[in-house]
Amino acid sequence: MNKLHIEHTEDTPKVILSKEEGHFEISGRSLPEDATSFYAPILSWLEEYSKNENESTVFKVNLEYFNTASSKLILDVFTQLEEIKNVKVQWFFHDDDEDMEEAGEEFSEIIDIEFELIPV
Amino acid sequence: MNNIYELHRKMLDFKVILAYEGEFNEEITKSVLTMAERNLDSLGDEMSVKKKVFNVMVESLQNIVRHADSTGGKYREAVFLIGMEKDNYVIASGNYMFKKHMAALKFKIDQVNSLDREGLKKQFKEVIKNGKISSKGGAGLGLIDMARKSGNKLEFDFQDIDEDFAFFSFKTSIKRKPKKIASKKGDE
Repeated sequence: MNKLHIEHTEDTPKVILSKEEGHFEISGRSLPEDATSFYAPILSWLEEYSKNENESTVFKVNLEYFNTASSKLILDVFTQLEEIKNVKVQWFFHDDDEDMEEAGEEFSEIIDIEFELIPV
Repeated sequence: MNNIYELHRKMLDFKVILAYEGEFNEEITKSVLTMAERNLDSLGDEMSVKKKVFNVMVESLQNIVRHADSTGGKYREAVFLIGMEKDNYVIASGNYMFKKHMAALKFKIDQVNSLDREGLKKQFKEVIKNGKISSKGGAGLGLIDMARKSGNKLEFDFQDIDEDFAFFSFKTSIKRKPKKIASKKGDE
């Protein structure tokens, strides 16, 4: 399965999705006006991956900022992860950033997968 | 020439950190955010406050861009500013809109303002789970998110322009929290 690698820009995050390396990560800022288009290839990649996933999957999310349009699409990403066996989300947040911690808590309450909140 | 001095005095009175007036698009939004972020960095507030202000700016600017073309090509100019009022950051915007859309917008903001912290959290979760992204790219979460980040009520007003149009003014405030000088261990 092809690796999906998207470099970050001033308003979109870095994305690495690699089945071979077992590396699944979204990091940086997610502020695009058109969040649907940005997240479309990520969602299709995960859908494909869920048909033949690794023994276990750790999905790392390390976002500094995201807009509300992105938050809806990030929930779609997590919902897609629910199709994958032995999956865990690691949600990183700056330890002074209560809003980002709370956002992680809220996602974890909505989705039905293991969710680890990690202050950094 | 006196106008320039008056404008300058007014901007000082309002403690304007950054103001932009004109047409808005995605590129301008990005430039405004970059400048505003730099200015905020120099004001010495805690990171959490800076991030709240930045988040509210993003939502506010993207609202303007999303709805700028809904005036049918007329009255495309809008205004955006961040400033300070007492101990608060103020993020304000103003744009023209069709009068026929006023009631729906007022209803939405009043509804958000009727909720307390817990109510806003519940409403956010409800909309993120069951809402759909609109054709304009919005998730229907912007107002709720701004109210949550602000911790204060959203302020708004409509001014009559002509038969069809009104001017919509919108203001969010966020309490400042200056960094302590004698910072505890581990602080920046």
